[in-house]
Formats: sequence, C-alpha cells, structure tokens
Amino acid sequence: MRHIISILLENEAGALSRVAGLFSARAYNIETLTVAPTEDVSLSRLTIVTTGTDAVIEQITKQLNKLIDVIKVVDLSEAAHIERELMLIKVRATGKDREELKRLADIFRGHIIDVTESTYVIELTASGAKLDSFIQAIDAGLILETVRTGVCGIGRGERILKV
Amino acid sequence: MTMMTGAEIVIRCLQEEKVEYVFGYPGGAVLHIYDALFKQDQVKHILVRHEQAAVHAADGLARSSNKVGVALVTSGPGATNAVTGIATAYMDSIPVVIISGQVPNAYIGQDAFQECDTVGITRPCVKHNFLVNDVHKLALTLKKAFYIANSGRPGPVVVDIPKDVTAAKCKFEYPESIQMRSYNPVVKGHLGQIRKAVHLLLEARRPMIYTGGGVILANGAEQLTRLVRRLGFPITNTLMGLGAYPATDPQFLGMPGMHGTVEANLAMQHCDVLLAIGARFDDRVIGNPDNFASIPRKIIHIDIDPSSISKRVKVDVPIVGNVPDVLEEMLRLLDAGNAAPDAQALAAWWKEIEAWRARQCMKYARKKNVIMPQYVIEKLYEVTAGKAIVTSDVGQHQMWAAQYYKFDEPRRWINSGGLGTMGVGLPYAMGAALQHPHMPIVCVTGEGSIQMCIQELSTAKQFRLPIKIINLNNRYLGMVRQWQEMFYGSRYSESYMDSLPDFVRLAEAYGHVGIRVERPEEVEPALRKAFTDHKDDLVFMDFITDQKANVFPMVAAGKGLADMILTEDL
Repeated sequence: MRHIISILLENEAGALSRVAGLFSARAYNIETLTVAPTEDVSLSRLTIVTTGTDAVIEQITKQLNKLIDVIKVVDLSEAAHIERELMLIKVRATGKDREELKRLADIFRGHIIDVTESTYVIELTASGAKLDSFIQAIDAGLILETVRTGVCGIGRGERILKV
Repeated sequence: MTMMTGAEIVIRCLQEEKVEYVFGYPGGAVLHIYDALFKQDQVKHILVRHEQAAVHAADGLARSSNKVGVALVTSGPGATNAVTGIATAYMDSIPVVIISGQVPNAYIGQDAFQECDTVGITRPCVKHNFLVNDVHKLALTLKKAFYIANSGRPGPVVVDIPKDVTAAKCKFEYPESIQMRSYNPVVKGHLGQIRKAVHLLLEARRPMIYTGGGVILANGAEQLTRLVRRLGFPITNTLMGLGAYPATDPQFLGMPGMHGTVEANLAMQHCDVLLAIGARFDDRVIGNPDNFASIPRKIIHIDIDPSSISKRVKVDVPIVGNVPDVLEEMLRLLDAGNAAPDAQALAAWWKEIEAWRARQCMKYARKKNVIMPQYVIEKLYEVTAGKAIVTSDVGQHQMWAAQYYKFDEPRRWINSGGLGTMGVGLPYAMGAALQHPHMPIVCVTGEGSIQMCIQELSTAKQFRLPIKIINLNNRYLGMVRQWQEMFYGSRYSESYMDSLPDFVRLAEAYGHVGIRVERPEEVEPALRKAFTDHKDDLVFMDFITDQKANVFPMVAAGKGLADMILTEDL
C-alpha cells in the first residue's frame, strides 16, 4: 500500500540525512521525498511517499518518531488529505506537435513556461498519478527531460500538523 | 562570570555530570581537552591502548552501574576505532557519551589530516549525535548528550567537537534541566492497557513471563521479582536480562533461545499468555518468528520504546512505559483487586514444566583427563559464591557462562548480546573494576576473543585492576567450529587457532600473574588460589579445555523454539 508520511522536524544540519539514513538502514522504500522549512524557520516539513504492509508502515512511523530531531509524524493517507506534486517537462515541440502539446497542457491545466523554436517547457501541478497520466499521454519520443519535486501533502479541514 | 575555553567547558561539564572516569586516548584534535584534563583532578582519565577499548570500558562501567559511561577520542582514526564500541553499546541500549575531536571548523571538508565525517559514520549506530561548531553551544549540547543518553531507551551519544571550538572562549553556563520539544520519553504506562494486562494474566492457564535487558537498564529487578512471586508464574530472563530475577529461585526456568533450556523454550512456545518485559523478541530468543506465531497465545509487551513493540511478533496488549513504573501499577491493581490466578490450572502448568525440567538439559559428560569448559564455570560459580561481576566475550564461553553461572542480582553479568562483539570482555571488566573496586571481577573469554583486545592488559597493569581472566582455551574458534561441525560437514574452515601465544608468559610480560590449568582436578585449587593469594593481582588463567565440546541445547538458526538439539540426542 502507498502511504504519504508527513514529518515535522528540527531544521538542523543533518536532520534530513537521519531520516533518509533510517529508510536505507531498515530497508524501507522511498518513492519520493521532499523537504523545506516551514513558516517557522526552526522547523522543516518533510513528506515521504513510501509503500509497505500495515506492519511495515507502523514500524516506519515508530522508527521516525524515535529520531531525536523528529517532532511529529503523521500518515496523511490515513484520512482525508490533498496531495500535489510539481513537474517541469521539456518536450520536443515542432510542426504539428506544437499545437497538440499546447492542447494537452491545457487539458491537464498545465502552463507552458518556456518556448523556443523547437522546445516547450510545461509546468504541471497535480497528484502524482495525474502527472504519470500526462507523461503517458505524450508521445514518449517527444519527451526530452522531466523533473518532479516529489509529493507534498496536507490534511483536509481541521486536520492540522503543528508543534 | 569568567570566560572559559571550550576545552575547559568540556571538562567542567563532565564534573557537573559527576563523571568519575573518562576512558580515552589523546591525539591532535583533542590536545586542548587533554590540557584542560591535566589541570584538574576531579575527573580521572583512564588511558586505554586502543580507542575501541575506551568505548567498551565506558560501556562496561555503565552496564555495571546506573551511570553514563564517557569516552574521549581524537578525530579520524580515533573516531573510527571507536565505532565498534559505539555500535556495541547501541545494540544493547547502553548510555555512553563519546566525545570526539574534529579538525578545526575551517578545515572540515578539506580532507584535512585525521579528518573523517564522524557524525556521518556514527549516525546509524548512535541514539543521537552532534557536531558542535560554536563554543557557545558546547555546554548545552553536552547537557543534551547526557540527558538523551540516559533517558527513555538509553543509548550512545556522540559529541564531535572541532579543535578551534575547544580553543575559543565564552561564558560557562550549565542548565540544571533540559526540555526538548522533539524528545519526550514516556514514563507512565497507559492505565487502561495495564488493567487489560492484569486481567489477562489472571485469566491465564499457562502463563509465562519473559524479560530482557530493558528490566536491568530501567532498574526494575526489584519490582519484577515482587510481581513474579506474587503471581507464582514461571519466568525466563534473556541473555541480556540475566540477574533481573534470581537464577537460583525455583520459578526461574533458565535462559530462553538458541542456547536456552528445554523448560524455558517449551514454556515460551506453549504458554497461553506471555508477558514480555523490556525484551524485543530477538531472533536468537524466539527463533523463527513465523513458527513462534503459529501457536496461538496472547502477548502483553511492556517496553519504553514503542518501536520494539509488534516489530517481530504481533502483540495483543502493548504497554509503552518505564518498566518499574508499569510493574508497580500492576502490583497495585493486583493488590486492590485482591485477585489470584487459577491455582489449579497453574499447578497443572507447573507439573508440565517440571517434567521438561526433569530432562536436565544442561547435563554434560565429564571427562577424566580433559577439562570440560562447563565445569570451569560451575567451579567459578562455587569459588566466587555467585557474587562476582562476570563479563564475557562472544562465543561458546559466553553461552556457557550464561548457562552455568547463576546470576541472582542485576548488573552482575556483562556481555555483548546484540552486536556480539568479540573483544569486549577485558575492557568491560576494566570499566566494572573501576566502578566496583571491592567486588571480584571476572572476565570469561576464549583464546580467540581475548586476542581482539589483548593490548588492554597494559591498561589493567597501569591502573592495577585485579581482573580474573578465565580463558577457556580450546584452540578453536569454538562457536564457528560448532556450526561447521553441525551444518558444514565438519569442514573446519579457518576455525583452528594455530600459533597461539603462551598466555602465561604473555600475562607475565605485561606484569601480571599467569596460571595454566590442564587437568580437571587442578581447576578448583587454581581458582581458589587466584581469588585468595592473588586477590589484588590480575590473574590470567589459561584453562586448556576439551576441544570439541559444544553448547547445548541448541535451536538451529531459522528453526522453531521447540526444535531443540540436545546432548542426549547425539
């Protein structure tokens, strides 16, 4: 099962490597990992997408909580939440493909943010799954480069992760 | 307020923490600290001969007492040599603070002389670590280090200090206490869960209590003993938990696991309610977890570390909390409810257990002309009246010491259970000997293990530590040889120890007493001599033992607990 785990941790040197090191040392999966400081600069918020059985996910949350720099851990996918990921994708845009790619970007509510005679860079923000479908929808031969931020997520409504 | 250098602050913090002994080895990056150490006499420094031993000795001191052990090493090789010691302490959750020197801040990342990424290298084997890049953070960081090491589930903490920080000056302020928003270990267990546990225990028909190192670390032996006696249930202590319940008491079934007793293993396997306390269902304790789980039983698990619960075995009643607090609460509920377990069911269960016990799985065949290693431990127990602190290395001798020396009190048995580090025995004994100058300190070892930290004979001489080394010398790496005999068609690949030193002369070369013992009838007189005539000397006793003695019972790796190989089967 895929889970989105959100972590509040001290914004200290090395805190990220403690989290990443834990996943490799205990052979847990990391599909994506994103991290940045919050509105309180002493805190970082980290989001990890991982997969595992219920027992594995339980261990992951417990082991994360055990790290001294970790303040709070929540499995966002346990309840209502929103997830978003940003992708920048550079595509070969020539001839009739230019029009087709523009149309596709519109359908997925993406923006073309860089244009040259032969390329577009499309910016797209959506769930990870939607980004995957966008990639699927484009002729693979046209894709020059993709870069994705990894998933970040937040609980819906009054579900708040704070110190 | 006077200004102090970082080096002076380090020493001052150790004084504030009432640290009596620091085990260490000087070097470039810690020279300022050693200079500050020189100018005072409150903190005593024990100069080891290898940094690995510094951490082991600090760890041994911590295990034998209720204190935080402290080691001091230099940067680069000093820190990397310490890593085995740190990982050993980590696996057994021992509170140790390791202070390491680092190259000056400005040199970090430049591949400077004796530079290594100590924080990076030690990260996976510490409870926490710090790189202190500013002298103003030094005192607070050291305070945190001691607090983290010795609270919650204890563990080693590394504090890496660049050389320029130890030279820089600032005002000294040491906080009385500390609050960390990211670290708040639980103490009290959840009352509802404890109630559920007590209810389950009273309903049990075939109850069993299984406790590990956590009971000893939390100083919960006294509460445990009261609870076990109050309930009348059978109890087993793991290798790390020996001494938490008196081994000479009839309710004690011996050690469980790979080399556990028949009665302990079968009771673990066939009980209907298992109370696990400060234990972690290790692979050496429960064998194959699928086999263990295939028999239905309810499990109650008390541990301070939530991640230990339901990690290898699914638990029915988890209780996160400090062991003595939770046990007190259980006792209180038992007293308040005035309830007792079903006496008839319990008597029937004990009858079954006594039948297992009657098989006397620890019996071994004596030989007329050859010393059996088990016999040496039995005699050691008699001669020391069971009152010694016994450290061990890792291998067959460790198992025999655990099986045949009966520990009636906690913190008397000191060994590397988790990481299984050969070479710990002598430094552990050094730490214990400094902490307990009036107790007999014994190091049970083998000719393989002892050579992994043999240089510490020099340290023991310098500080006059009257350790009694019991070397069970079978000229084999015994446990490796045993596995090769049983599982590799007796192909003894590299397990024969050739070209061994003459240990008696080696001990004498270091300035100690050496005794070689070759015949069974010499064992007891030699031991008596060592503990009387040479009470104040380090005595290296080289027992030439049976070469092919094996440790039994044995549950082969990956097998279920009931699947024991016994001496009688062979």
